[in-house]
Amino acid sequence: MECYFDHVATNPLREEVLEAMMPFLREEFGNPLSVYPLGIKAREAIENARAQVAGLINSKPSEIVFTSSGAEANNFALRGIALARQYEGKHVIVTRMEHHSILNPARFLEKLGFTVTYVNPDKYGFIDPDSIKKAITDETILISVIHASPEVGTIEPVKEIAQIAKERNITFHTDGVATVGNIPVDVKDLGVDLMSMAAHQFYGPKGAGALYIREGQRIIPLIFGGIQEGGRRAGTENVPAIVGMGKAAEITKEELHRKMEHVKKLRDRLVDGVMKIDNVHFTGHPENRLPGHASFCVEFIEGEGMLLMLSAKGIYAASGSACTSKALKASPVLLSMGIPSHVAHGSIVFSFGLENTMEQIEYTLEEFPQIIKRLRELSPYAKGWEGLEEGGTCIQKK
Amino acid sequence: MTKLKFVENVKPDVTTDIVYMMCPMHLLKLEEMMSTLEDGQILELLTDYDGALEDIPEWCEKTGNEFIGVDEGEDYFKFYIRKRGSGKYCPVPSDNNGK
Repeated sequence: MECYFDHVATNPLREEVLEAMMPFLREEFGNPLSVYPLGIKAREAIENARAQVAGLINSKPSEIVFTSSGAEANNFALRGIALARQYEGKHVIVTRMEHHSILNPARFLEKLGFTVTYVNPDKYGFIDPDSIKKAITDETILISVIHASPEVGTIEPVKEIAQIAKERNITFHTDGVATVGNIPVDVKDLGVDLMSMAAHQFYGPKGAGALYIREGQRIIPLIFGGIQEGGRRAGTENVPAIVGMGKAAEITKEELHRKMEHVKKLRDRLVDGVMKIDNVHFTGHPENRLPGHASFCVEFIEGEGMLLMLSAKGIYAASGSACTSKALKASPVLLSMGIPSHVAHGSIVFSFGLENTMEQIEYTLEEFPQIIKRLRELSPYAKGWEGLEEGGTCIQKK
Repeated sequence: MTKLKFVENVKPDVTTDIVYMMCPMHLLKLEEMMSTLEDGQILELLTDYDGALEDIPEWCEKTGNEFIGVDEGEDYFKFYIRKRGSGKYCPVPSDNNGK
Protein backbone atom coordinates (compact mmCIF):
# COMPACT_ATOMS: atom_id res chain seq x y z
CA MET A 1 0.00 0.00 0.00
CA GLU A 2 1.25 3.52 -0.78
CA CYS A 3 0.40 6.29 1.66
CA TYR A 4 1.43 9.86 0.87
CA PHE A 5 1.38 11.68 4.22
CA ASP A 6 3.55 14.69 3.38
CA HIS A 7 1.05 17.32 2.27
CA VAL A 8 2.96 20.13 4.03
CA ALA A 9 5.82 19.44 1.59
CA THR A 10 3.60 19.49 -1.46
CA ASN A 11 0.36 18.18 -2.92
CA PRO A 12 -0.44 16.34 -6.14
CA LEU A 13 -1.76 18.45 -9.01
CA ARG A 14 -5.50 18.05 -9.43
CA GLU A 15 -6.75 16.77 -12.75
CA GLU A 16 -9.14 19.73 -13.23
CA VAL A 17 -6.25 22.11 -12.54
CA LEU A 18 -4.04 20.43 -15.11
CA GLU A 19 -6.88 20.61 -17.65
CA ALA A 20 -7.27 24.34 -17.04
CA MET A 21 -3.52 24.83 -17.50
CA MET A 22 -3.02 22.76 -20.65
CA PRO A 23 -4.21 25.30 -23.26
CA PHE A 24 -1.66 27.78 -21.88
CA LEU A 25 1.14 25.23 -22.30
CA ARG A 26 0.08 24.64 -25.92
CA GLU A 27 -1.92 26.89 -28.21
CA GLU A 28 -2.53 29.84 -25.86
CA PHE A 29 1.12 30.75 -25.57
CA GLY A 30 0.81 34.53 -25.94
CA ASN A 31 2.69 37.09 -23.89
CA PRO A 32 0.10 38.75 -21.63
CA LEU A 33 1.45 42.19 -22.58
CA SER A 34 0.88 41.68 -26.31
CA VAL A 35 -2.01 43.64 -27.79
CA TYR A 36 -3.24 41.01 -30.30
CA PRO A 37 -5.74 38.22 -29.37
CA LEU A 38 -3.16 35.68 -28.14
CA GLY A 39 -1.84 38.21 -25.65
CA ILE A 40 -5.28 39.41 -24.65
CA LYS A 41 -6.39 35.83 -23.88
CA ALA A 42 -3.34 35.28 -21.69
CA ARG A 43 -3.97 38.61 -19.92
CA GLU A 44 -7.63 37.73 -19.32
CA ALA A 45 -6.63 34.30 -17.96
CA ILE A 46 -4.27 35.92 -15.46
CA GLU A 47 -6.88 38.42 -14.33
CA ASN A 48 -9.41 35.61 -13.93
CA ALA A 49 -6.90 33.68 -11.79
CA ARG A 50 -6.25 36.81 -9.74
CA ALA A 51 -9.96 37.08 -8.95
CA GLN A 52 -10.11 33.36 -8.04
CA VAL A 53 -7.16 33.66 -5.62
CA ALA A 54 -8.63 36.86 -4.15
CA GLY A 55 -11.90 34.97 -3.63
CA LEU A 56 -10.15 32.33 -1.53
CA ILE A 57 -8.76 34.87 0.95
CA ASN A 58 -11.44 37.62 0.70
CA SER A 59 -9.21 40.30 -0.83
CA LYS A 60 -9.64 42.54 -3.86
CA PRO A 61 -8.12 41.07 -7.04
CA SER A 62 -5.89 44.16 -7.30
CA GLU A 63 -4.34 43.23 -3.94
CA ILE A 64 -2.86 39.97 -5.31
CA VAL A 65 0.65 39.96 -6.83
CA PHE A 66 1.67 36.65 -8.38
CA THR A 67 5.15 35.30 -7.59
CA SER A 68 7.07 32.11 -8.41
CA SER A 69 6.63 30.59 -4.93
CA GLY A 70 5.75 31.18 -1.32
CA ALA A 71 9.46 31.69 -0.64
CA GLU A 72 9.60 34.52 -3.18
CA ALA A 73 6.51 36.08 -1.64
CA ASN A 74 8.18 35.94 1.80
CA ASN A 75 11.40 37.49 0.49
CA PHE A 76 9.44 40.16 -1.36
CA ALA A 77 7.42 41.06 1.74
CA LEU A 78 10.29 41.22 4.19
CA ARG A 79 12.82 43.02 2.03
CA GLY A 80 10.27 45.15 0.17
CA ILE A 81 8.63 46.57 3.29
CA ALA A 82 11.85 46.96 5.29
CA LEU A 83 13.50 48.92 2.48
CA ALA A 84 10.39 50.99 1.75
CA ARG A 85 10.09 52.05 5.40
CA GLN A 86 13.76 52.20 6.40
CA TYR A 87 13.71 55.97 6.85
CA GLU A 88 11.00 55.63 9.52
CA GLY A 89 12.95 53.04 11.52
CA LYS A 90 15.24 50.08 11.17
CA HIS A 91 13.81 47.48 13.51
CA VAL A 92 12.06 44.32 12.33
CA ILE A 93 10.38 41.58 14.42
CA VAL A 94 10.11 37.96 13.30
CA THR A 95 9.70 34.74 15.28
CA ARG A 96 11.68 31.54 15.74
CA MET A 97 8.77 29.65 14.17
CA GLU A 98 9.40 31.14 10.71
CA HIS A 99 10.44 29.36 7.54
CA HIS A 100 13.95 29.92 6.17
CA SER A 101 12.48 32.22 3.52
CA ILE A 102 11.73 34.67 6.35
CA LEU A 103 14.73 33.96 8.60
CA ASN A 104 17.35 34.30 5.85
CA PRO A 105 16.00 37.61 4.46
CA ALA A 106 15.91 38.78 8.10
CA ARG A 107 19.62 37.96 8.44
CA PHE A 108 20.25 39.78 5.15
CA LEU A 109 18.48 42.84 6.56
CA GLU A 110 20.79 42.69 9.60
CA LYS A 111 23.75 42.92 7.22
CA LEU A 112 22.14 46.04 5.73
CA GLY A 113 22.07 47.67 9.15
CA PHE A 114 18.61 46.68 10.38
CA THR A 115 18.09 45.28 13.86
CA VAL A 116 15.99 42.12 13.99
CA THR A 117 14.32 40.65 17.08
CA TYR A 118 13.60 36.91 16.96
CA VAL A 119 10.67 36.16 19.27
CA ASN A 120 10.54 32.73 20.92
CA PRO A 121 7.40 30.57 21.06
CA ASP A 122 6.13 28.70 24.10
CA LYS A 123 6.38 24.92 24.47
CA TYR A 124 3.46 24.47 22.05
CA GLY A 125 5.08 26.61 19.35
CA PHE A 126 2.59 29.36 20.15
CA ILE A 127 3.64 33.01 19.86
CA ASP A 128 2.21 35.05 22.72
CA PRO A 129 0.97 38.43 21.36
CA ASP A 130 2.38 40.02 24.53
CA SER A 131 5.88 38.83 23.63
CA ILE A 132 5.51 40.63 20.29
CA LYS A 133 4.26 43.73 22.10
CA LYS A 134 7.29 43.66 24.39
CA ALA A 135 9.67 43.41 21.43
CA ILE A 136 8.31 46.58 19.77
CA THR A 137 10.49 49.69 19.88
CA ASP A 138 10.10 53.22 18.49
CA GLU A 139 12.12 52.00 15.51
CA THR A 140 9.91 49.01 14.63
CA ILE A 141 8.53 49.19 11.08
CA LEU A 142 7.68 45.56 10.29
CA ILE A 143 6.46 42.43 12.09
CA SER A 144 6.26 39.04 10.39
CA VAL A 145 4.62 36.05 12.10
CA ILE A 146 3.90 32.74 10.40
CA HIS A 147 0.18 31.91 10.26
CA ALA A 148 0.76 28.21 11.05
CA SER A 149 3.87 26.13 11.39
CA PRO A 150 4.30 23.32 8.87
CA GLU A 151 6.58 21.59 11.36
CA VAL A 152 4.35 21.43 14.42
CA GLY A 153 0.99 22.57 13.03
CA THR A 154 0.35 25.31 15.61
CA ILE A 155 -1.85 28.15 14.36
CA GLU A 156 -0.56 31.52 15.56
CA PRO A 157 -2.73 34.40 16.86
CA VAL A 158 -2.09 36.60 13.83
CA LYS A 159 -5.34 38.54 14.21
CA GLU A 160 -4.33 39.77 17.67
CA ILE A 161 -0.79 40.53 16.53
CA ALA A 162 -2.07 42.37 13.44
CA GLN A 163 -4.15 44.57 15.72
CA ILE A 164 -1.12 45.32 17.91
CA ALA A 165 0.86 46.27 14.80
CA LYS A 166 -1.93 48.43 13.39
CA GLU A 167 -2.26 50.44 16.61
CA ARG A 168 1.43 51.35 16.32
CA ASN A 169 1.55 51.98 12.54
CA ILE A 170 3.76 48.92 12.01
CA THR A 171 3.34 46.91 8.82
CA PHE A 172 2.29 43.32 9.51
CA HIS A 173 3.07 40.32 7.29
CA THR A 174 2.07 36.72 7.76
CA ASP A 175 3.36 33.64 5.96
CA GLY A 176 0.14 31.87 5.02
CA VAL A 177 1.74 29.11 2.96
CA ALA A 178 0.66 26.37 5.38
CA THR A 179 -2.81 27.78 6.02
CA VAL A 180 -4.24 29.09 2.72
CA GLY A 181 -6.17 26.15 1.30
CA ASN A 182 -6.06 24.22 4.57
CA ILE A 183 -8.15 26.39 6.91
CA PRO A 184 -10.41 29.39 6.19
CA VAL A 185 -8.26 32.50 5.71
CA ASP A 186 -9.86 35.95 5.46
CA VAL A 187 -7.29 38.73 5.18
CA LYS A 188 -9.81 41.45 6.02
CA ASP A 189 -10.89 39.67 9.19
CA LEU A 190 -7.27 38.94 10.17
CA GLY A 191 -6.31 42.57 9.49
CA VAL A 192 -2.96 41.69 7.94
CA ASP A 193 -1.15 44.04 5.54
CA LEU A 194 0.61 41.29 3.59
CA MET A 195 0.27 37.53 3.31
CA SER A 196 2.27 34.93 1.37
CA MET A 197 0.77 31.82 -0.22
CA ALA A 198 1.77 28.96 -2.54
CA ALA A 199 -0.39 27.11 -5.08
CA HIS A 200 1.07 23.64 -4.56
CA GLN A 201 -0.13 23.68 -0.97
CA PHE A 202 -3.73 23.42 -2.24
CA TYR A 203 -3.40 21.05 -5.20
CA GLY A 204 -2.16 23.70 -7.62
CA PRO A 205 1.12 23.63 -9.55
CA LYS A 206 4.60 24.32 -8.24
CA GLY A 207 6.08 27.55 -9.57
CA ALA A 208 3.10 29.69 -8.60
CA GLY A 209 2.73 31.73 -5.45
CA ALA A 210 1.26 35.06 -4.50
CA LEU A 211 1.67 37.92 -2.09
CA TYR A 212 -1.44 39.67 -0.83
CA ILE A 213 -0.60 43.36 -0.45
CA ARG A 214 -3.28 45.49 1.20
CA GLU A 215 -4.40 48.38 -1.00
CA GLY A 216 -2.32 51.48 -0.30
CA GLN A 217 0.67 49.56 1.09
CA ARG A 218 3.94 50.72 -0.46
CA ILE A 219 6.53 48.04 -1.22
CA ILE A 220 9.83 48.02 -3.11
CA PRO A 221 9.93 45.29 -5.77
CA LEU A 222 12.18 42.25 -5.38
CA ILE A 223 12.57 41.83 -9.14
CA PHE A 224 13.00 45.01 -11.14
CA GLY A 225 12.06 45.24 -14.78
CA GLY A 226 8.80 45.83 -16.62
CA ILE A 227 5.22 46.57 -15.72
CA GLN A 228 4.02 43.05 -15.02
CA GLU A 229 1.96 42.70 -11.85
CA GLY A 230 1.23 46.42 -11.74
CA GLY A 231 4.91 47.35 -11.81
CA ARG A 232 5.60 45.39 -8.62
CA ARG A 233 7.05 42.11 -9.92
CA ALA A 234 8.81 42.07 -13.28
CA GLY A 235 9.20 39.12 -15.63
CA THR A 236 6.92 37.57 -18.23
CA GLU A 237 4.22 35.82 -16.24
CA ASN A 238 4.14 32.02 -15.81
CA VAL A 239 0.67 31.94 -17.34
CA PRO A 240 -0.04 28.17 -17.06
CA ALA A 241 1.03 28.08 -13.39
CA ILE A 242 -0.97 31.20 -12.55
CA VAL A 243 -4.06 29.79 -14.28
CA GLY A 244 -3.54 26.58 -12.30
CA MET A 245 -3.26 28.49 -9.04
CA GLY A 246 -6.52 30.29 -9.79
CA LYS A 247 -8.36 27.07 -10.61
CA ALA A 248 -6.98 25.35 -7.51
CA ALA A 249 -8.09 28.30 -5.38
CA GLU A 250 -11.60 28.17 -6.84
CA ILE A 251 -11.97 24.43 -6.15
CA THR A 252 -10.42 24.73 -2.68
CA LYS A 253 -12.87 27.44 -1.68
CA GLU A 254 -15.78 25.16 -2.50
CA GLU A 255 -14.50 22.05 -0.74
CA LEU A 256 -12.47 23.47 2.15
CA HIS A 257 -14.81 22.47 4.97
CA ARG A 258 -15.25 18.95 3.60
CA LYS A 259 -11.48 18.61 3.33
CA MET A 260 -10.94 19.88 6.88
CA GLU A 261 -13.42 17.38 8.32
CA HIS A 262 -11.88 14.53 6.35
CA VAL A 263 -8.25 15.16 7.29
CA LYS A 264 -9.09 15.89 10.92
CA LYS A 265 -10.67 12.44 11.34
CA LEU A 266 -7.56 10.82 9.86
CA ARG A 267 -5.27 12.96 12.01
CA ASP A 268 -7.13 12.19 15.24
CA ARG A 269 -7.08 8.46 14.58
CA LEU A 270 -3.35 8.47 13.86
CA VAL A 271 -2.59 10.55 16.97
CA ASP A 272 -4.66 8.22 19.17
CA GLY A 273 -2.78 5.21 17.84
CA VAL A 274 0.72 6.65 17.89
CA MET A 275 0.40 8.09 21.39
CA LYS A 276 -0.08 4.55 22.73
CA ILE A 277 3.61 3.91 21.96
CA ASP A 278 5.95 4.54 24.90
CA ASN A 279 8.20 7.61 24.93
CA VAL A 280 6.49 9.36 22.04
CA HIS A 281 5.63 13.02 22.45
CA PHE A 282 3.06 15.01 20.56
CA THR A 283 4.52 18.34 19.35
CA GLY A 284 2.72 21.60 18.70
CA HIS A 285 -0.55 22.82 20.11
CA PRO A 286 -2.98 20.01 20.98
CA GLU A 287 -6.11 21.82 19.74
CA ASN A 288 -5.22 25.05 17.95
CA ARG A 289 -3.50 23.41 15.02
CA LEU A 290 -3.85 22.57 11.32
CA PRO A 291 -6.57 19.92 10.96
CA GLY A 292 -4.55 17.55 8.78
CA HIS A 293 -1.30 17.75 10.71
CA ALA A 294 0.18 15.34 13.28
CA SER A 295 3.72 15.78 14.59
CA PHE A 296 5.68 13.80 17.14
CA CYS A 297 9.07 13.34 18.69
CA VAL A 298 9.97 9.69 19.14
CA GLU A 299 12.64 9.24 21.79
CA PHE A 300 15.89 7.25 21.41
CA ILE A 301 15.85 7.14 17.59
CA GLU A 302 16.31 9.52 14.66
CA GLY A 303 13.67 10.91 12.32
CA GLU A 304 15.61 9.98 9.20
CA GLY A 305 15.72 6.31 10.21
CA MET A 306 11.96 6.28 10.69
CA LEU A 307 11.42 7.98 7.34
CA LEU A 308 13.53 5.45 5.47
CA MET A 309 11.88 2.45 7.09
CA LEU A 310 8.41 3.92 6.63
CA SER A 311 9.28 4.63 3.01
CA ALA A 312 10.24 0.96 2.51
CA LYS A 313 6.68 0.18 3.60
CA GLY A 314 5.21 2.72 1.17
CA ILE A 315 4.49 5.33 3.86
CA TYR A 316 5.82 8.78 3.03
CA ALA A 317 6.13 11.28 5.89
CA ALA A 318 8.55 14.08 6.86
CA SER A 319 10.98 14.93 9.61
CA GLY A 320 11.00 18.64 10.43
CA SER A 321 10.80 21.05 7.54
CA ALA A 322 11.80 19.76 4.10
CA CYS A 323 15.01 21.85 4.23
CA THR A 324 15.99 20.96 7.81
CA SER A 325 15.38 17.30 7.11
CA LYS A 326 17.89 17.32 4.25
CA ALA A 327 20.54 18.98 6.43
CA LEU A 328 20.17 16.32 9.16
CA LYS A 329 20.05 19.07 11.76
CA ALA A 330 17.77 19.25 14.75
CA SER A 331 14.94 21.56 13.81
CA PRO A 332 15.53 25.13 15.05
CA VAL A 333 11.75 25.41 15.46
CA LEU A 334 11.64 22.45 17.87
CA LEU A 335 14.70 23.73 19.73
CA SER A 336 13.09 27.16 20.12
CA MET A 337 10.08 25.42 21.71
CA GLY A 338 12.45 24.13 24.37
CA ILE A 339 12.63 20.56 23.08
CA PRO A 340 16.11 19.17 23.82
CA SER A 341 18.26 18.51 20.76
CA HIS A 342 18.49 14.75 21.27
CA VAL A 343 14.70 14.49 21.45
CA ALA A 344 14.17 16.88 18.52
CA HIS A 345 16.21 14.52 16.30
CA GLY A 346 13.36 12.04 16.62
CA SER A 347 10.90 14.40 14.96
CA ILE A 348 8.34 13.05 12.52
CA VAL A 349 5.47 14.81 10.76
CA PHE A 350 2.42 13.28 9.07
CA SER A 351 0.20 15.60 7.04
CA PHE A 352 -2.94 14.50 5.28
CA GLY A 353 -4.92 15.35 2.19
CA LEU A 354 -8.14 14.59 0.41
CA GLU A 355 -6.91 11.39 -1.21
CA ASN A 356 -5.87 9.75 2.07
CA THR A 357 -8.10 7.07 3.62
CA MET A 358 -8.73 5.54 7.04
CA GLU A 359 -7.44 2.26 5.65
CA GLN A 360 -4.05 3.94 5.09
CA ILE A 361 -4.05 5.18 8.69
CA GLU A 362 -4.78 1.70 10.06
CA TYR A 363 -2.00 0.28 7.89
CA THR A 364 0.40 2.91 9.25
CA LEU A 365 -0.64 2.11 12.81
CA GLU A 366 0.26 -1.52 12.17
CA GLU A 367 3.67 -0.74 10.68
CA PHE A 368 4.89 2.32 12.59
CA PRO A 369 5.13 0.74 16.09
CA GLN A 370 7.15 -2.16 14.66
CA ILE A 371 9.52 0.28 12.92
CA ILE A 372 10.04 2.21 16.16
CA LYS A 373 10.67 -1.05 18.04
CA ARG A 374 13.22 -2.23 15.46
CA LEU A 375 15.06 1.12 15.41
CA ARG A 376 15.18 1.27 19.18
CA GLU A 377 16.74 -2.17 19.27
CA LEU A 378 19.51 -0.81 17.02
CA SER A 379 19.84 2.50 18.83
CA PRO A 380 22.86 3.25 21.06
CA TYR A 381 20.24 4.71 23.40
CA ALA A 382 18.15 1.53 23.51
CA LYS A 383 18.24 1.69 27.29
CA GLY A 384 17.42 5.38 27.52
CA TRP A 385 19.20 8.71 27.47
CA GLU A 386 22.07 7.59 29.65
CA GLY A 387 24.67 10.34 29.84
CA LEU A 388 22.39 12.92 28.28
CA GLU A 389 20.29 15.59 29.94
CA GLU A 390 16.75 14.60 30.86
CA GLY A 391 14.50 15.02 27.83
CA GLY A 392 10.83 15.56 27.40
CA THR A 393 10.23 18.03 30.19
CA CYS A 394 8.92 20.62 27.77
CA ILE A 395 6.81 18.39 25.58
CA GLN A 396 3.68 16.75 26.80
CA LYS A 397 1.53 13.78 26.08
CA LYS A 398 -1.70 14.87 24.48
CA MET B 1 11.53 69.66 -23.41
CA THR B 2 8.54 70.97 -21.47
CA LYS B 3 9.48 73.40 -18.73
CA LEU B 4 9.19 71.99 -15.21
CA LYS B 5 7.11 73.97 -12.71
CA PHE B 6 7.35 73.56 -8.93
CA VAL B 7 4.22 74.12 -6.86
CA GLU B 8 2.99 73.77 -3.28
CA ASN B 9 -0.38 73.32 -1.58
CA VAL B 10 -2.34 72.24 -4.64
CA LYS B 11 -5.69 70.69 -3.68
CA PRO B 12 -6.37 67.62 -5.82
CA ASP B 13 -9.71 65.93 -6.56
CA VAL B 14 -8.15 62.47 -6.83
CA THR B 15 -4.84 61.01 -5.60
CA THR B 16 -3.07 57.93 -6.88
CA ASP B 17 -0.03 56.50 -5.10
CA ILE B 18 2.40 54.54 -7.29
CA VAL B 19 5.52 55.03 -5.18
CA TYR B 20 7.99 52.15 -5.78
CA MET B 21 6.04 50.85 -8.79
CA MET B 22 8.24 50.42 -11.81
CA CYS B 23 8.48 52.57 -14.94
CA PRO B 24 6.40 53.05 -17.07
CA MET B 25 3.60 52.60 -14.48
CA HIS B 26 3.64 56.40 -14.02
CA LEU B 27 2.35 56.78 -17.60
CA LEU B 28 -0.05 53.83 -17.55
CA LYS B 29 -1.60 54.86 -14.23
CA LEU B 30 -1.72 58.49 -15.34
CA GLU B 31 -3.69 57.57 -18.43
CA GLU B 32 -5.99 55.26 -16.48
CA MET B 33 -6.73 57.82 -13.78
CA MET B 34 -7.18 60.77 -16.16
CA SER B 35 -9.81 58.83 -18.09
CA THR B 36 -11.92 58.75 -14.91
CA LEU B 37 -11.77 62.54 -14.26
CA GLU B 38 -14.18 65.30 -15.35
CA ASP B 39 -13.04 68.37 -17.25
CA GLY B 40 -11.26 70.73 -14.80
CA GLN B 41 -10.58 68.16 -12.06
CA ILE B 42 -7.06 67.76 -10.68
CA LEU B 43 -5.12 64.52 -10.34
CA GLU B 44 -2.33 64.14 -7.78
CA LEU B 45 0.12 61.38 -8.74
CA LEU B 46 2.73 60.24 -6.22
CA THR B 47 5.85 58.55 -7.60
CA ASP B 48 9.52 58.11 -6.69
CA TYR B 49 10.53 57.67 -10.35
CA ASP B 50 12.62 60.67 -11.42
CA GLY B 51 12.05 59.96 -15.11
CA ALA B 52 8.51 61.20 -14.49
CA LEU B 53 9.91 64.76 -14.22
CA GLU B 54 10.38 64.63 -17.97
CA ASP B 55 7.64 62.21 -19.00
CA ILE B 56 4.61 63.68 -17.26
CA PRO B 57 4.94 67.29 -18.53
CA GLU B 58 5.55 65.90 -22.03
CA TRP B 59 2.53 63.63 -21.77
CA CYS B 60 0.40 66.61 -20.77
CA GLU B 61 1.66 68.62 -23.73
CA LYS B 62 0.92 65.80 -26.16
CA THR B 63 -2.55 65.08 -24.80
CA GLY B 64 -3.72 68.65 -24.21
CA ASN B 65 -4.02 68.35 -20.44
CA GLU B 66 -2.62 71.00 -18.09
CA PHE B 67 0.55 70.26 -16.18
CA ILE B 68 0.08 72.30 -13.02
CA GLY B 69 3.44 71.38 -11.51
CA VAL B 70 5.39 69.14 -9.21
CA ASP B 71 5.93 69.24 -5.45
CA GLU B 72 9.22 67.60 -4.52
CA GLY B 73 9.08 65.70 -1.22
CA GLU B 74 11.93 63.92 0.55
CA ASP B 75 11.22 60.45 -0.80
CA TYR B 76 8.93 61.00 -3.77
CA PHE B 77 7.36 63.55 -6.12
CA LYS B 78 3.77 64.80 -6.18
CA PHE B 79 2.61 65.65 -9.69
CA TYR B 80 -0.50 67.76 -10.33
CA ILE B 81 -2.37 67.52 -13.62
CA ARG B 82 -5.67 69.24 -14.53
CA LYS B 83 -7.92 67.44 -16.97
CA ARG B 84 -8.69 69.54 -20.01
CA GLY B 85 -11.56 68.52 -22.24
CA SER B 86 -11.47 64.99 -23.51
CA GLY B 87 -7.82 65.17 -24.42
CA LYS B 88 -6.72 62.19 -26.50
CA TYR B 89 -3.99 60.19 -24.86
CA CYS B 90 -0.99 59.09 -26.83
CA PRO B 91 -0.24 55.37 -26.83
CA VAL B 92 2.02 54.25 -24.01
CA PRO B 93 5.04 52.14 -24.98
CA SER B 94 4.55 48.51 -24.04
CA ASP B 95 7.21 46.52 -22.27
CA ASN B 96 6.78 43.49 -24.42
CA ASN B 97 10.17 42.20 -25.32
CA GLY B 98 9.89 38.78 -23.74
CA LYS B 99 12.22 39.50 -20.82
